[in-house]
Amino acid sequence: MPLQKITEVTGRGIVLMGNDIDTDRIIPARFMKEVTFANMGKYAFYDERFDGNGNKKIHPFNDEKYEGASILIVNKNFGCGSSREHAPQSLMRWGIKAIIGESFADIFAGNCSMLGLPTVTASKEDVEKLMGFVHNNSHKNIKLDIKNRKIGFDATTLKLGINESIRKSLVEGMWDQTSLLLEAKEEIKKTMSRLPYLNNFE
Amino acid sequence: MSKNLFNKVWDLHSIRELPNGQTQLFVGLHLIHEVTSPQAFQMLRERNLKVACPERTFATVDHIIPTKSQSRPFTDTLAEQMMFELEKNAKEFGIRLFDISTMSQGIVHVIGPELGLTQPGMTIACGDSHTSTHGAFGCIALGIGTSQVRDVLATQCLALDKPKVRKIDIEGSLSRGVYAKDVILAIIKKLGVKGGIGYAYEYAGQSIEEMTMEERMTICNMSIEGGAKCGYTNPDQKTFDYIQNKAFAPNGDKFENAIEYWKSITSDKNSEYDDTVKMNASELEPMVTWGINPGQAIPISGKIPKVDELAPEEKENAKLALQHMGFAQGQEIKGTRIDVAFLGSCTNSRLSDLKEGARVVEGKKVAKNVKAIVVPGSQQVKKAAEQQGLDSIFEDSGFEWRNAGCSMCLGMNEDKLEGNEICASSSNRNFIGRQGSPKGRTLLMSPAMVVVAAINGKIVDVRDYL
Repeated sequence: MPLQKITEVTGRGIVLMGNDIDTDRIIPARFMKEVTFANMGKYAFYDERFDGNGNKKIHPFNDEKYEGASILIVNKNFGCGSSREHAPQSLMRWGIKAIIGESFADIFAGNCSMLGLPTVTASKEDVEKLMGFVHNNSHKNIKLDIKNRKIGFDATTLKLGINESIRKSLVEGMWDQTSLLLEAKEEIKKTMSRLPYLNNFE
Repeated sequence: MSKNLFNKVWDLHSIRELPNGQTQLFVGLHLIHEVTSPQAFQMLRERNLKVACPERTFATVDHIIPTKSQSRPFTDTLAEQMMFELEKNAKEFGIRLFDISTMSQGIVHVIGPELGLTQPGMTIACGDSHTSTHGAFGCIALGIGTSQVRDVLATQCLALDKPKVRKIDIEGSLSRGVYAKDVILAIIKKLGVKGGIGYAYEYAGQSIEEMTMEERMTICNMSIEGGAKCGYTNPDQKTFDYIQNKAFAPNGDKFENAIEYWKSITSDKNSEYDDTVKMNASELEPMVTWGINPGQAIPISGKIPKVDELAPEEKENAKLALQHMGFAQGQEIKGTRIDVAFLGSCTNSRLSDLKEGARVVEGKKVAKNVKAIVVPGSQQVKKAAEQQGLDSIFEDSGFEWRNAGCSMCLGMNEDKLEGNEICASSSNRNFIGRQGSPKGRTLLMSPAMVVVAAINGKIVDVRDYL
């Protein structure tokens, strides 16, 4: 099954300010007691969006002006903490198609790229600019040109940062690599044959 | 050329360069548990794939398991369903499962080492960020997400970018009452929770050399809290002695051959690193977190920082932390009243942690109004502790003595904080809502500090009780 080539993502922005927003905040562990990811979308930021009685709290994900938004804009070290793929799954199923931030936690960014959900970086100043723009123009689109490393809105163009291997995976439609990894059967055998612990330390 | 352990083990396990520039890396040991694997097995079924190396894959149950009554079916139907799925998947795909009946069940990062599955010079993957724990044996141990679990199941490989390597050189010996937990909290405080992004951490120096294997596991366990991809220490005689005679350890002549291999992958003298950081452990005090990430830690004699005095990018999180914790800036952490004491988790639930806790608590009573629980990391730890009478020491003091699991570290079973309770915890994360209550509050510290907090009903300096 050929994968979608993700060369650009266009959508309205949603701003979520704060450094070090961890995976427990994105999706509290108690919601992971399910054997599929199907329901994860409704749990995104659950404890920040609802109080103990299920009443809505003030949160960007509850804000009507961001309804239908698909490009999440964050600050530093977004997604730190747990390796739970439930976190990107919940954002993706909520409707997020790409995330722009100052930086991302390694495992979180890796998980996102495996799902074809781009996490791209921009400088602190540019993220602030973007946040300001989206705050006042939540009805306007932002365009991520992943192929050419550009973020565009109105007449402004910003530099888009992305790890080269992840960029390639996205634009060439190779972000799900299982079949690619499987191709190397002979090389895998060769590697296994040289590892002492797989060969009884002979 | 002189190479560090990370680069040696990486090169040995590199299969090829992928078209996108990543490395296809062979995974020597794959550990799975009930929370992050069922979706991966489902993906295998959908793609009609088999498990490539079932004999290199081992499963256990830890996150959702109740620590009181473990009779089946579990009272929590969601937990029972997850247990059932794991059993079904293990059976269908031919994977060995260490369930409750085996007496080898426990937190995945406790049982890997204690069964001798974890060995130097391996690449290890598990769908859990604290997989870095296994790095204490001198391996590349990576926490992965579920789609990567699928890849490892299907191919025994991962597609990865190679991280840089930072050496953290820790000189000096620990003073009395200061533990491995305090060292790693001090490292994270110094380098920050994002300091490790893009890096593997090598912990080295006199302080690490003097540590037991269990202490080194505590250090490596929290690498991820510092943002690092993984963490490791170089194997030495202590490592070899720890592994010898474990269930899955090589034996006889093979053990000697294994040692040869294990020695060959240690970092060469004068190895190159992308970065080096020096610290001195002899100056450290017991550490306690006051905020909502593990970098928000202070020495026990210290005060919660004033927002104005913090670096600009730390201010917002400090304000959020003070608000969530209900603390005032500039206040002492000593004397903070607690409601719950939790001794457990993959960071600090091994026999030495329980022994140190028992030594401090023996003959004393848990303060009125404090709920205190001890959750051993594995069935084997529990059994060994009971053989030494630690269970009676804890129970006589008013602690509850539970069965093995992740328990109140993340509140996926019945063990959760309630309301805005404050918990003195030997676990690894103080994130908002981490311990099962959205308003719950967590103070991270060493097991001995947890125990003295339980006795006093408030945060005190363990050095006054030794």
